Amino acid sequence: MIRIFKIAFRNLMRYKRRTLLTSLLITLGLLMVILFSGLAGSFKAMMVGQITDSNLAQMQIHKKGYVSSIDTMPLHLTLNAKAYKTVEKILKENPDVSAYAPRIKLSAMLSNFAETTNVRLNAIDPEKEIKVCPNVSERMKFSADQSPDILLKQGEIIIPKKLAAGMNIKIGDPVVLVANNKDGSVNGLNFMVSGIIESVLGPQGKEGYMHIEDAQSLLRMEKPEVIEIALRVKEFNRLDAVYADLENALSTYKNKKGKPAFEIHTWEELSPFSNISKMIDFMAITMKLIMMAIVLISILNVMMMSVYERVREIGTMSAIGTSPGKIMGLFLAEGLSLGLISVLSGNIIGIIGIYILNIYKIRFSFGRMDNLLLSPTISFSELFWVSATVLLVSVFASLQPAHKASKMEPVDALGHV
Amino acid sequence: MALVQIENVSKFYQTGEVQVKALQDVNLSIDEASFVSFVGPSGSGKTTMLNLIGCLDKPTEGRIFVDGEQIDAFNRRQRAAFRGTTLGFIFQAFNLFPVLTTFENIEYPLVMIKNESSSKRKEMVLKVLESVGMLDQKDKFPDQISGGQKQRIAVARALVTRPKLVLADEPTANLDKKAALNVIRLMRSMRDEFKTTFIFSTHDPGVMEEAEIIHTLEDGKLLDRKQNQEEKK
Repeated sequence: MIRIFKIAFRNLMRYKRRTLLTSLLITLGLLMVILFSGLAGSFKAMMVGQITDSNLAQMQIHKKGYVSSIDTMPLHLTLNAKAYKTVEKILKENPDVSAYAPRIKLSAMLSNFAETTNVRLNAIDPEKEIKVCPNVSERMKFSADQSPDILLKQGEIIIPKKLAAGMNIKIGDPVVLVANNKDGSVNGLNFMVSGIIESVLGPQGKEGYMHIEDAQSLLRMEKPEVIEIALRVKEFNRLDAVYADLENALSTYKNKKGKPAFEIHTWEELSPFSNISKMIDFMAITMKLIMMAIVLISILNVMMMSVYERVREIGTMSAIGTSPGKIMGLFLAEGLSLGLISVLSGNIIGIIGIYILNIYKIRFSFGRMDNLLLSPTISFSELFWVSATVLLVSVFASLQPAHKASKMEPVDALGHV
Repeated sequence: MALVQIENVSKFYQTGEVQVKALQDVNLSIDEASFVSFVGPSGSGKTTMLNLIGCLDKPTEGRIFVDGEQIDAFNRRQRAAFRGTTLGFIFQAFNLFPVLTTFENIEYPLVMIKNESSSKRKEMVLKVLESVGMLDQKDKFPDQISGGQKQRIAVARALVTRPKLVLADEPTANLDKKAALNVIRLMRSMRDEFKTTFIFSTHDPGVMEEAEIIHTLEDGKLLDRKQNQEEKK
């Protein structure tokens, strides 16, 4: 076997320029895929991390029908204390759920005593919220003496950055919130701005934050009610499995009309970024297909030329008794060696490229999110699969020329001019 | 005892609508350890005869026995295996593999066909290299040695597997007169050393005189069998 690869390698080196050019082409294709996978994968992971760890959470549970009317932030589709306890019991029984947090979503009028504007608010239990969205504080800017772990206390509000800039509101300023409750009556409370939050992509990305008990007071909820239960799983790659388990468990609870009482959604169903994520995946597959086409065409071309140029040599091999299988093996080894050389160089240059991109991080803006830093990474498994694909396609591309060589009649091949 | 037995062999080729009769009703036998030449003008059927004996081609009619095996009945794989174990080939254009050294060229059949161990291969290759007087050229590539030396390496490659029969189609056609005679004499001395039967084709009168038995072919027919004086002695 070693001897076959040795002969194959020497045959490749017979035509150094051709081998170099073909290898360079495949290396470039591989480099393109590695860099794109590194950049796109990191971008996707960063965006998904931003969305799930600092805003939406990985999954959300609502009263049935809430998500379809989420734009109006309806206050009548709430989960009462009994429903909340039911969901809480299901979540506690599931070993894959690591944390959950109640939320109330509301729309209110915010006034700084000079101007008034509309604001969408996410009322949270700070201690539970930080467990569900551990990076939420990274988007927030607080006064110097406030710890990001506490997020906010009762009587405090965190407002969106653009709104604060537009209304010239600073941390420590007093504001008034006026909101309609579900019966239509209006209530207002005073708050102190304790922080400013940067926007993030998605429908809930421009919300301010307030304490859940303040929201219950503002909305005059006589008994504790929540609109949304955000949750986090222990292992993100088990998200779909946990979702299926929870959906199954929640579906057993029906409302008075005999229809499901709850609905559960993953972040993908709640964020428009899931479509961008799918596009990125599609583009990555397209890049891989282009690379496969490059490998297929270039190796097929080189191997076909190699067979045509060495007809007499094949005739000699066959005449002195080399079996058709071994002749085929020699040419397959040649194609595989060409792929292997390209894979090695492509991987080395690709990893160096990723390393350089990590030194000079790419700064970019996405939607309302500014100063995002992209640090591309590529997993060993991704490298392995891309490399394995190139090698497999190399062998596949060599099959037809190798088969042709093995089928040559020695008498015809020896007489070839 | 006959190593090669040819019975009523004919070989026809179809080129377009024309049928070419390359060999017609040939009968002949060749003994073990003999040194035989086929002579005749171009197109007389010398190469066809060697191709049929060498299991490279099949006759249209008739039967061919080599070493007791009816080789015309073999399938493709059997023919390849038979060539590897029983036959050796020497070609007019030497046909050495340019990417292999002279040592590796000779070693090739032992690696690819015989699957001999590394130490055994080395021993066999060095012995045959010494026999053909090319031991000092063992690390050179074919493009670093002369035509006569290349043909010596080709003789060594043909003999390294200890075949019963070596077939050489015009082995001296690409060599000057001196080198041609050297190669033919080397082949004969190898026959003496290894007791291998050599069958070669030539149209060079100087070379054909070196053969012990000369078969003359013309228009695909075997005309004559001449036994040289040297063999009679």
